[in-house]
Amino acid sequence: MKDLFAVVMLLGIYGLLSASFFVAMDAVDVAFTEAAVGAGISTLLMLVVISMTGRREITTRHKPMSALLVVAITGFLLIYGTLDMPYFGSADAPIHGHVAPRYINDSMQEIGVPNIVTSVLASYRAFDTFGEVVVIFTAGIGVLALLSVVRRPEDPEEIAAINDSMHEQHLVIRIVAKILIPFILLFALYVQFHGDFGPGGGFQAGVIFAAAIILYTMLFGLSTARTVINQSFIRLIAAIGVLLYGSVGLATLLSGGNFFDYNVLVNDPIAGQHLGIMLIELGVGCTVAAVMIIIFFSFAARAEMQLNNKKQRQDKDKDKDNKNKEPSSC
Amino acid sequence: MLMGLFNHWVVIALMMIGLYIVIAHGNLIKKIVGLTLFQTSVFIFYISMAKVNGGTAPILADDIIVYSNPLPHVLILTAIVVGIATTALALSLVVRIKETYGSIEEENIQHQDNQAFEQSNSQNGSNAPKGSKQEKQA
Repeated sequence: MKDLFAVVMLLGIYGLLSASFFVAMDAVDVAFTEAAVGAGISTLLMLVVISMTGRREITTRHKPMSALLVVAITGFLLIYGTLDMPYFGSADAPIHGHVAPRYINDSMQEIGVPNIVTSVLASYRAFDTFGEVVVIFTAGIGVLALLSVVRRPEDPEEIAAINDSMHEQHLVIRIVAKILIPFILLFALYVQFHGDFGPGGGFQAGVIFAAAIILYTMLFGLSTARTVINQSFIRLIAAIGVLLYGSVGLATLLSGGNFFDYNVLVNDPIAGQHLGIMLIELGVGCTVAAVMIIIFFSFAARAEMQLNNKKQRQDKDKDKDNKNKEPSSC
Repeated sequence: MLMGLFNHWVVIALMMIGLYIVIAHGNLIKKIVGLTLFQTSVFIFYISMAKVNGGTAPILADDIIVYSNPLPHVLILTAIVVGIATTALALSLVVRIKETYGSIEEENIQHQDNQAFEQSNSQNGSNAPKGSKQEKQA
């Protein structure tokens, strides 16, 4: 397929399909994340990039036979490797030995949180999750470093003009979105704070929250969204999320426990676990939401800058043409 | 009997499609799509391994005994969000490449690089003919 737009749309559908597959495989938390990321944010980011880089792919001259050969051999070797693997759904597979029974049998007494995925994510493997959050934060900084644009302050009249022009084009979508966005934000908060008991948690909530803001940005323009969400404020939030996560770990160290051992936070170990998990999920949610918004804003601002540059160049060309024409007409 | 391994084969098929796109296509956006496909196949691999027949989602309830394995879920949950963050980083690199080279096709970029290399060689040619020859051969 040479049309990249179609490719990206298919990728979005694929993301939604794999999310429903995860539901069928009992991985509800994962399905949540994949639905918001695979079908939502990644598709949007790809679309923004395509709007900058062009949507046609040029046909290549070289023959793909060697690539096909490499892929076929690798695939054959991998299939040969699966012949020893445990069968699908068998309860005595090696993966279900080791630590998994402890999580399932003892996590209620040790952590006191019904959702095992949350208790493993935020308590047993908190150090690992801390690393992941730092990776996300670093990726956000990387995108900022690569794409950040110094913007001139826009005058409000211009924004109003853009808004008016869009009002006529997307009236229905805008009104529906205006009704929906508060509920999406509310749902994100529910997912954030209900993650202990049902599917949910900081990662999912952050992504859903960011998706709502991105929807708003797409429909009402970047400038309007920037007046709602301050750029430096959102960067601060991203950093505060990581700091909150790390400081919970430090607090447990200073109270005499191990790193991320929440039992020592409060007198009652279970209450300590609850407090620690809530704070950590909050930190994760802040960082993920802020980084996703930062990434989208950087891409959108870059696209806008390229558009403006093109316009200015065209205006200059027009001026030149007019100047060239004038003497000849005289 | 072999149907029990079906999930692995689906994963391998998806993975090989992703790998093929990465190798065979010159367009950088398509390469990233291929990488995403590869990535999702690994997600599916982990999640399908965690499934236990007759089990339910790992959220503790009173009258349920069999749960699916929660550990792969945790790993993949974080991996998805990290994946989109790194994909965004890759996309921003593509945007910068487009700005610098005016193209996101691998062939064009390679062609421009070669031209620039030859130009710099011809400029330095009088100073260091030996070095440039060796580099060309390499």
